[in-house]
Amino acid sequence: MARLIVLGGGVAGHTTATFAAKWLGSQHEVVVVTPNAKWNWIPSNIWVGVGQMTKEEVTFDLASVYAKAGITYKQAKAVSLNPEGNESSDKPFVTIEYTSKSKSGESENIEYDYIVNATGPKLNFDATPGLGNGQGAMGTNTVSVCTADHAVHASHKLQESIEKMKAGERQKFLIGTGHGMCTCQGAAFEYIFNIEHELKKAGVRDMADIKWISNESFLGDFGMGGLHMKVGGYVVSSKLFAESLFAERNVDWLIGAHTSKVEEGKVEYELLDGSKGEEEFDFAMLIPPFAGVGLKAYAKDGEDITATVFAPNGFMKVDANYAAGAYENWKASDWPRTYQNPTYKNMFAAGIAFAPPHIISKPMSSPNGTPINPTPPRTGMPSGIIGKAVAHSVCDLMTKGENAHLHEASMAEMGAACVASAGKGLTTGTAAAMTVYPVVPDFEKYPGTGRDTDYTFGEIGLAGHWIKHILHHLFLYKAKLNPGWTLIPE
Amino acid sequence: MKHEEKNFEKSDQFNLTMIPGSFARKMRTCVIWQFIRFVAINIKMIIVVSKSH
Repeated sequence: MARLIVLGGGVAGHTTATFAAKWLGSQHEVVVVTPNAKWNWIPSNIWVGVGQMTKEEVTFDLASVYAKAGITYKQAKAVSLNPEGNESSDKPFVTIEYTSKSKSGESENIEYDYIVNATGPKLNFDATPGLGNGQGAMGTNTVSVCTADHAVHASHKLQESIEKMKAGERQKFLIGTGHGMCTCQGAAFEYIFNIEHELKKAGVRDMADIKWISNESFLGDFGMGGLHMKVGGYVVSSKLFAESLFAERNVDWLIGAHTSKVEEGKVEYELLDGSKGEEEFDFAMLIPPFAGVGLKAYAKDGEDITATVFAPNGFMKVDANYAAGAYENWKASDWPRTYQNPTYKNMFAAGIAFAPPHIISKPMSSPNGTPINPTPPRTGMPSGIIGKAVAHSVCDLMTKGENAHLHEASMAEMGAACVASAGKGLTTGTAAAMTVYPVVPDFEKYPGTGRDTDYTFGEIGLAGHWIKHILHHLFLYKAKLNPGWTLIPE
Repeated sequence: MKHEEKNFEKSDQFNLTMIPGSFARKMRTCVIWQFIRFVAINIKMIIVVSKSH
């Protein structure tokens, strides 16, 4: 019997572990190590953050689901990897530290035959002074919707602002990114328009000034360098549609901005032209930058080989081309296909945990040398597809031997469907429904837009909201491994 | 005053983009039209999803 360990229980980790357990059966062991007791459908945190859903509606307990799937579940965080074993054993192992109440603080070494790193990101609040609390967690100056608990907190703060507006006190809302190297602009985009929608419903929209602050060089970049869509016979940039929505909803914007400092009621920022400024706020939701979770790696003799296994940002190196150099040399083929670590062939990474070869958007920096550009998104559908491909590869390696064919899922060859909510309501809600193909633009194949405009489209409306709501229930159903779960695509 | 006139007037940023008129905005939440769009978008998404697996 061989053992597969999956680090992380988010979209990528959960997909990898559940498919591997199904395909391997009881012949082999699948272990999931995740510090969380609950699974969270993160896209719906937006609705928790405006009080339209509860935490319970977007989460469920993992233990019973993993018991049903025959997966060994350890509520713990991975601390380090020993891919060559140690001086007393050749067997690779991972050191974990339990986070569950009953075993909190206890450590354990677990040996593995294969390991998949799907730890997701560390929410690096402390990268911006005042955004974090100095100890790795969110500070008190802003709110976040990155976790269900954060979103509940954000919802309470929003309610306080609404009450103030009802009492006649004007409020300034600042939503966007909290650093020049953030990703996940889509989540902030959804949140700002859900707030706008809720303020209208509460009858206080005229008492609110709403402003977007982002590291994108143009509205609608979304960390993907934007996208071009066919609309009304034209092929147009997402910039035009994003700006249109902001103007229609009376939401001001500040782009190309690196948030350099956050204080109570105020942010300081630097723009791409090198100028600096301040923006005051009463309510701010600023997405933190992401980093790897800080896993260390050690060789058999105890030497620190973290730099061999992980990129400087803490994400795991895989079969990507990390030597592409300048922007002019970037190619779609730089992006990984199998997500196998080049040094240790029994190690894979999936979802946000893999180190991308470079960003997708055009790299930009201010004259002061401050990099201000979105980092690439690796969430949602691509995470699920990568997780499933990695599960397939690992299962084949375990059952057919080490020369088995590896399955491929390059972000430069896959598309993604994305639905960005702009307000919740059965007949009044709207969302931007988009598909993009491929996720990473291929300028060799499509020299103008980088993407196939036959399969890249977007439109806003109630239909998009219905789709987002249905996807909420569908993916929770799938993640709970209810009957027919494998029929629902990632 | 028309909705778009109000918004175009607010700033240069707003003035240089496109803002939907009342018909386009009404169609966004028109249940019958949106049901048709729901079917169309789903078909498009299924095609992209099937090309990606």
